[in-house]
Amino acid sequence: MTLLWGFLWGVAAVATIASGAILGVWWERKVAARIQMRFGPQQIGPFGSLQMIADVPKLLFKEDIVPELADKAIFKYAPLFVFGPVAVSMVVIPFTAGWAPLDTSVGILFFLAVPSIEVIAILLSAWASHNTLSTLGGLRATAQMISYEIPRSLAVLSIVLLAGSLRPLDVVEAWRWWWMPLTFIAFVIYFIASIAEMNRGPFDIPEAESELVAGYFADYSGMRWASFMMAEYGSMIAASLFGAAVFFGGGWPFGGALGVVVLIVKTILIMTAIMWVKWTFPRLRQDQLMSLCWKVLTPLAIVQLVIVGVVLPWL
Amino acid sequence: MTEETIVNIGPSHPSTHGVCRIVVTLDGEVVVKAEPIIGHLHRGIEKMAENRTYLQVVPLTDRLDYVGSMYANWAYCRAVERLAGIRVPERAEYIRVIVCELQRIASHMMGIGSTGADTGAFTAFMYAFAQRDHVVELFEALCGSRLTYNYVRPGGVSMDLPDGWVEQVRSFVAQHPAAMMELDTLLFGNVIARARLKGVGVLPADTAVAWGTSGPTARGSGVNWDLRRDDPYSVYPRFDFEVPLGENGDCYDRARIRLWECVESCKIIDQALDQLEPGPVKAEGLPRLLAPRPGDAYDHIESARGSLGVYLVSDGSPRPYRMKVRSPAFCNLSVLPLLAEGHTLSDLVVIIGSLDPVFGEVDR
Amino acid sequence: MNINELREHLCSQYPDLCPLFSVEFGDGVLVIDADRLHEAATDLRDLGFDRLGMVTAVDTRDEFELVYRLQSRQMHAGIFVKARVPRDEPTIASVTDLWPAANWQEREVFDMFGIVFTGHPDLRRILLTDDWVGYPLRKDYQDERIIRRPDYI
Repeated sequence: MTLLWGFLWGVAAVATIASGAILGVWWERKVAARIQMRFGPQQIGPFGSLQMIADVPKLLFKEDIVPELADKAIFKYAPLFVFGPVAVSMVVIPFTAGWAPLDTSVGILFFLAVPSIEVIAILLSAWASHNTLSTLGGLRATAQMISYEIPRSLAVLSIVLLAGSLRPLDVVEAWRWWWMPLTFIAFVIYFIASIAEMNRGPFDIPEAESELVAGYFADYSGMRWASFMMAEYGSMIAASLFGAAVFFGGGWPFGGALGVVVLIVKTILIMTAIMWVKWTFPRLRQDQLMSLCWKVLTPLAIVQLVIVGVVLPWL
Repeated sequence: MTEETIVNIGPSHPSTHGVCRIVVTLDGEVVVKAEPIIGHLHRGIEKMAENRTYLQVVPLTDRLDYVGSMYANWAYCRAVERLAGIRVPERAEYIRVIVCELQRIASHMMGIGSTGADTGAFTAFMYAFAQRDHVVELFEALCGSRLTYNYVRPGGVSMDLPDGWVEQVRSFVAQHPAAMMELDTLLFGNVIARARLKGVGVLPADTAVAWGTSGPTARGSGVNWDLRRDDPYSVYPRFDFEVPLGENGDCYDRARIRLWECVESCKIIDQALDQLEPGPVKAEGLPRLLAPRPGDAYDHIESARGSLGVYLVSDGSPRPYRMKVRSPAFCNLSVLPLLAEGHTLSDLVVIIGSLDPVFGEVDR
Repeated sequence: MNINELREHLCSQYPDLCPLFSVEFGDGVLVIDADRLHEAATDLRDLGFDRLGMVTAVDTRDEFELVYRLQSRQMHAGIFVKARVPRDEPTIASVTDLWPAANWQEREVFDMFGIVFTGHPDLRRILLTDDWVGYPLRKDYQDERIIRRPDYI
């Protein structure tokens, strides 16, 4: 029975991410186009909203190219392990007060830890491609994603400290509006570190199209490439949902079904901000990225933690 | 010390701005040695020119610097005119100045835009290309072509300005400086762009001169040398303009002075339109087949990339005996190994972009 | 600086170069023996010609004529230096040590004409592939792929 439920949840999560990615791509195209003084997709459906529906069959029917020198088995299945952890991590998000798909007492830890498995898959896909540019991209991705785990986790730790629990539902329940100003630095750090985690601009160094062409997924095509892209959008959706839930109180000030709507609106706002950042800023360099992580974000996150710790006894 | 990796950038790579292969020896992320291997776009234009009449060579020169075709047209025509002793009517000279300054804007927009794209600021690329597209549309109205114009001909230009074109140029020139200010804030005012461009690929002034660089590449290092002012040709002495100079010779200066050059180009266009008077646009009494007297002639102009020269040798026949194009992009690219050493792979891409090579001209 | 001032300046500093100076199409030209080229180039650089604009060659069917274009920023003047080398053994001293700009340009001349520059640090083909046979810009270059344009004239 548990297995069946797990399977159904898995299908639901993949379907959510896939449809979210489709909508996300459309939304990103519109946002990016507006930032760049263009219109974006216009022709297919109202405001071009069916453009991605037209794009998906194209991706499905594209030739699946596997390079001659690639390590075939790893090359073929690595995209699955890039996409999988992102889908799994979504399961602990408290969609509304009192309800999360999986209610567990270590939910926050689960959310922060599980997507890290992605790093191994990325490194495998980069290595299996047998391509110097891919390998460089994979190495950059590994360094970046492992480093940015630390400020990201520290930022979330401030919230955990305030709520006194690692259970996402408890966090949402304990959440008060004045946490927003108190943990503002933590949210900014979480926001930056999440962008770095999902390898999006201005931290898209592993896939920098101008130097590494597409980095670790340079040799992928068709649906396998699409699963990398879905993983990127999936982690963007997951990070935005989680951020909206723990930093902005989930469905606050509403509960029930209305709470889910409010959470989704907050998520879309965070996602739009992520897109805005990507289409405004140039890309950082590898060393600048590392010094930002270790010299700025990590100390700041610790300072935030100390502030919360000092304030805590007086609450 | 880790084991060194050899990475091939190109020949088909988005940031080589054409078809150039760069064999990069990497120590981790740091470039130990970068060797450009050029010639992938070599079409033997100098050899082909020996097989054509003087007028038939003009379309070939379009294919040299395909981002700035007007320059190669003009440089070639100046060499032919010098060789054959043709006097160009004044209106034609003004039209040439106007189209070439517009071409400078179009070409620099490509250069700045690709600096943005190389650093990952794709929006800056789009902003620059919106401006470039205005210029390209003006050229389309002028000569029916958007990329290879074949407009400047020996003895003048191929046809007079179409009706209403001057007003279109005026309205473009009026809005362009403000758009440049906006682009300056968007790209060069950005804190990440500054961190990426400043202090990267520093070219000292004496090296810039010794290695024969010219144009924005040399002026970014503070080499005060612009043929429009220092070896004036055509009607340039009649215009009042500044030559923007960089200080540090890094990628930031090289890319940014292109922006100010566009603003100065607007000033020149404005003055040229004021002074433009009706008259013929082609020299009178040109023979259908040019056969200059034996001898050789060289003439150069300041193109968007630097001093572009054409050396022509005639043996009295209707075909050039020898044509040599002194290509600024070729000389500018030769400093790449010096600049790239010790920087990271990401910087290498930015350095190539700041040199703004066009491989039609490098490989010829 | 116009052409006459340039001539006077040159004659006052280096009298031995003076008789070689002539004016063609408004440009100053110095015709120099191939074996004296490096020496004369050093003199010209010391005179203030700090930029080497162009190095090229012309196949005159009897011999190769090398053409150097020098420019001076201080004097605002340009000058051509021409030197002739025999076709059967085309060798000339490289000026890369004086102007590094000559590095790629001399490689190009070697690539296209087969002229050997002694003292060049890295004399390889540059535009053509390393295994190319022949020197395309020589007038007697034969290649079956060359299509002669029909003679409409």
